[in-house]
Amino acid sequence: MIRVDGSGKSNALIQVRGLDKTYRRGGEEIQVLQRLNLDVDKGDFVGFMGPSGSGKTTLLNLLGGLDVPTHGSITVASDEITNMSSNKLTQWRARHVGFIFQMYNLIPVLTAFQNVELPLLLTKLSKSERRKHVETALSVVGLAERMNHYPRQLSGGQEQRVAIARAIVADPTFLLCDEPTGDLDRKSADEIMELIHRLVKEYGKTVLMVTHDPVVAKRADLTLHLEKGLLVESGQLGVTAGGVA
Amino acid sequence: MKFLGLIFANLFRKKLRLVLTIGSFAVALVLFTFLAVVKSAFSRGTEIAGADRLVVVSRIGLTQLMPISHRDKILTIPGVKAVTHNHWFGGVYQDEKNFFPQFVIDPENQRKVMTELVVPDDQWNNFLKDRMGAIAGARTAARFHWKIGDRIPIKTTLYGGGSSEFNLDGIYHSERPGGDESQFWLQWKYFDENAPAPVKSTAGWYVVKLNSPDDAVSVAKAIDEKFANSSFETKSETESAFAAGFAKQFGNIELLILTIGGVVFFTLLLVTGNTMAISVRERVGELAVLKAIGFSGRAVLFFVLAESVVIALVGGILGLTLAYLLIPVIGIALTGLLPPLMLSKSLLTLGVGFALVVGVISGLLPGIGAMRMRVVNALRRV
Repeated sequence: MIRVDGSGKSNALIQVRGLDKTYRRGGEEIQVLQRLNLDVDKGDFVGFMGPSGSGKTTLLNLLGGLDVPTHGSITVASDEITNMSSNKLTQWRARHVGFIFQMYNLIPVLTAFQNVELPLLLTKLSKSERRKHVETALSVVGLAERMNHYPRQLSGGQEQRVAIARAIVADPTFLLCDEPTGDLDRKSADEIMELIHRLVKEYGKTVLMVTHDPVVAKRADLTLHLEKGLLVESGQLGVTAGGVA
Repeated sequence: MKFLGLIFANLFRKKLRLVLTIGSFAVALVLFTFLAVVKSAFSRGTEIAGADRLVVVSRIGLTQLMPISHRDKILTIPGVKAVTHNHWFGGVYQDEKNFFPQFVIDPENQRKVMTELVVPDDQWNNFLKDRMGAIAGARTAARFHWKIGDRIPIKTTLYGGGSSEFNLDGIYHSERPGGDESQFWLQWKYFDENAPAPVKSTAGWYVVKLNSPDDAVSVAKAIDEKFANSSFETKSETESAFAAGFAKQFGNIELLILTIGGVVFFTLLLVTGNTMAISVRERVGELAVLKAIGFSGRAVLFFVLAESVVIALVGGILGLTLAYLLIPVIGIALTGLLPPLMLSKSLLTLGVGFALVVGVISGLLPGIGAMRMRVVNALRRV
């Protein structure tokens, strides 16, 4: 169940409480997020929408441990990440977060296989074990036959599939998608959303996704709107007393 | 090991830039090695000088002659084991470009004092019996393709001038690595018989063999005191001090070479540093992704440093290989103008160390920048 009123059960996979993020630009303070609460259970698929500058990516960065809040706490699988040191956060990200970016962000000089293998280089897996994991991840996204291709030899949709394989290869606790279809045509976007949806439904992945596209947002279990730093529910499954089933 | 693929993939990202950077590194290393070899050639006399030998010259200067009677007086000083004397002959073989040092030696004592310059006994005995005899250093003999029995015409402008043909009776080798094998020795008796009156019964300098290197200071002092207030005062110093002073006559070679070496070092640092800075700037987003997916700042620093060190080492080893091949050729071309050029193992090691230091320093600044880069800011730029 996804809740934004701070009353979620204490064993939610992701718990956000009283999250504030303020930027200082010149002499001016800009409050991007205000007293934000969120509870996400394992296997939930949440979409975040909102106008540019509303704080969607900032929220994703905070949830992914790439940025630190001004106030408030984020707890993931009982680990409060807001108290972690930078080194600890790096290790935590490697273990718990899979990132999917709008521009795919693949390393152009590495093959699809090598790109997907990157997160596994941080583990103690042997070469053959890493190979097995990478082949599995690439099979899930339907690109097992393209593993020796470089990003420049792939279409945008295929590149994003490789990026998804890279995000899931280490079996992270949850996936953060920042406009995963923002650079794709409708057909490719639909394929990518189908894939992400399958990760949630078949593999039980927890996904938090930022998008501008209402069609894409519809694939999420619930879409939350960020406006002026506040999180507002508007899920297609129906909002009930601050919670959605 | 598992990161090698990533490091090498990034290295070969811009092949032309990689080749040019490695090329500039190699050229700079050739220059660095050549300078180091020249510096070492000038200071080699100091390094290989016998610790138990003194050189005694006229207090007025090296070109001033001293009476041959000094020899017996020096021999009476406690701590002196043997004394030999030399003259500078200053002859020309065929052409002035064919320079090599020619010394008139004292055959009776030469081998007692210059023990590391070895002549086979049979050759030495022939030399002793032949007043027109000569001994050549192995390097000079090889340079002019001389063999024992050859007649070597030498023309001299000193001591009244004239031309003589000497019989090559022997070839000496130095037992010390890097020792001077370019000298040409002549008989003192022949020289003295033909020398003009002011030069007769004189010596250009004396070389004194000591019982112990510990006696060097006291014996040098005793020699100079013995001839103090005479018409032929002396200046005695250890062979290494003499060699160092001789090298200084060419100017401050060390400062010159260090200055040029310093310029090479900083130029190389700027070239490689600039390459690494551009390389890091071009892939800020990629490095940010690496950090996002869990690579630590230190790992990113390691990747950047590894790249710059590989560039430096490959360029360095290429440069040292080129230097290894070129220096003997340059050495032959410059024979007579410079002391023998030798690329020693220690210089090769120094070259690799130099490359390594440049590699680490040039990768350090961009690497630290990448290490400290905030992922959020870097991703925003992609």
